[in-house]
Amino acid sequence: MFYREAGQFHTSYAQDTQLFPLRQDRVGMAITLLAAFALPAVANDYWLSAILIPWLILALVALGQNILMGYAGQLSLGSAGFMAVGAFACYNFILRIDGIPFVLAVLLSGVCAAIIGIVFGLPSLRIRGLYLAVATLASQFFIVWALDKFGWFKNYDTSGVITTQPIIIFGHNFATPAEKYWVVLVIVAVLTLLAKNLARGSVGRAWMAVRDMDVAAEVMGLSLLRTKLQAFAISSFYCGVGGALFAFAYLQTVEPSAFTIDLSFRILFMVIIGGLGTIMGSFLGAAFILLIPVFLNIVFHAAFGHHVDSTLTSALEQVIFGATIIAFLILEPLGLARLWQLTKERLRLWPFSH
Amino acid sequence: MNMTMPIQTPQRAFAVGAPILELDSISLRFGGVKALTNISFNVLEHEIRAIIGPNGAGKSSMLNVINGVYVPQEGSIRFQGERLAAMTPTRAARMGIARTFQNIALFRGMSVLDNIMAGRTLHMHANFLEVAFRLPRARREETEAREKAEEIIEFLEIEHIRKTPVARLPYGLKKRVELGRALAAEPRILLLDEPMAGMNVEEKQDMCRFIIDVNDHYGTTIVLIEHDMGVVMDLSDRVVVLDYGKKIGDGTPAEVRANQDVINAYLGVAH
Repeated sequence: MFYREAGQFHTSYAQDTQLFPLRQDRVGMAITLLAAFALPAVANDYWLSAILIPWLILALVALGQNILMGYAGQLSLGSAGFMAVGAFACYNFILRIDGIPFVLAVLLSGVCAAIIGIVFGLPSLRIRGLYLAVATLASQFFIVWALDKFGWFKNYDTSGVITTQPIIIFGHNFATPAEKYWVVLVIVAVLTLLAKNLARGSVGRAWMAVRDMDVAAEVMGLSLLRTKLQAFAISSFYCGVGGALFAFAYLQTVEPSAFTIDLSFRILFMVIIGGLGTIMGSFLGAAFILLIPVFLNIVFHAAFGHHVDSTLTSALEQVIFGATIIAFLILEPLGLARLWQLTKERLRLWPFSH
Repeated sequence: MNMTMPIQTPQRAFAVGAPILELDSISLRFGGVKALTNISFNVLEHEIRAIIGPNGAGKSSMLNVINGVYVPQEGSIRFQGERLAAMTPTRAARMGIARTFQNIALFRGMSVLDNIMAGRTLHMHANFLEVAFRLPRARREETEAREKAEEIIEFLEIEHIRKTPVARLPYGLKKRVELGRALAAEPRILLLDEPMAGMNVEEKQDMCRFIIDVNDHYGTTIVLIEHDMGVVMDLSDRVVVLDYGKKIGDGTPAEVRANQDVINAYLGVAH
């Protein structure tokens, strides 16, 4: 960045371990958050409900996936399944428990997903890497199948689709895109802060220790069982909360097949492109995967909107999207977050090269 | 630190005491391969105990038995006179046994500081909710861990690389960081598996100095495996010699050096 740490001295470890040790970073974060809150003033409904809300929600899910894959090093392909658990759990909590506060229902849905995450995390104690990924695939298919098969989850709706209840917090119905955006923003911001605290504290170090060298981690007294299952639980919690928000603030009419393996893969790509083991990468990766197709669509529409067949342009969009992903991975295998970090380091020295 | 110095200080802050670790008739087999056969020796509190022997003599297996990575088929381990049925790595860690590895086993994605702080796992009691919300206990433990880590960083003279990812460090410094990570647990017994393997003379001297300082400053009992005979003779109070999984010598460096079996094992013998 254009600023440096010159003149800011920390005289205690507590000061040195705060979230943003530099004043400029603190101010920058405050401005970003304020801007995010003020955004509905300038953004139209399309941007809010079709781009910003899903971006925030999928970033949260990517963050969950990142906790498991990037921090704890457990390859998993079940994130969409855990989202489905969250979505349907939230629907059922609100349906069956009279007067349950919306936020509590969302958190409980996360807890449900966490419990199921622990169950499907058990194989991680025996197998690792790609084999574990295959084992977690089971959760993906099993959950979607179970939600389809048992009508109870959908309140026996004949169409096989649920319509989510309105979001009511303190008696106020958050119905407009701007209001929904605020609800999502607050939940995502708080959960991101908590994830950051976990990642930079003893819990995150334990996850990374297990990821990097499990024998050494065990020898220093870490329980691999506890650490891995904890990562599965917390990761699934984030996916579950994300799923509940995805259903209530974005889709609104939900069927189990909205949470297929396709979505799991998209979330996996977000994490890999954003940067494994980084909080910011989850947000950047989600933006990349969501926005590039939108951007390409706009560009192609403007360029050949009326002259070329639309199936051709949409195929071309896919091709370019795939090529961009490959290009980025070659350019910076460690992801967008790493790219951002390198840019910061370079700017810090700018205009000198050393 | 490339000076010649009397390595063993005559006045030790922590005098060598009673046996802290006793290994009794340990035998370890992998299928038909006898890695260790009927090995007994003890380690006294505050001493530096070396295990030496040719390649494949069973030295690393011995360390792995002590901290529970391998479970021997026969024999028993006593820790402070208390007999232990089966040792597990976690149990060993809880009893205050820390170790370093022959092939560096650092957490490569983490910084030096994080590696050393990770070594304090057993001193961190805050659960994940306390950590997530940074409640007082989590904050206090974090600050304590940082203080302790900084003390070790200063002790090992690695202040300049505190925030460097360990993957970027040269070999000698990695070994030093690994020692630091083991020290962070505040162990009573430190197992060092070839702490000086692959180092140049200067790095070896540094590492020797650190090992003696650890022993002298924290009173940590040290069990180390080493190939360099000069280092072993200068550094250790007592030496166990293994060959083909059997104990062939045990005693002070001078006694071991005079032992005919040891000479045969090391120099070969005419048939």
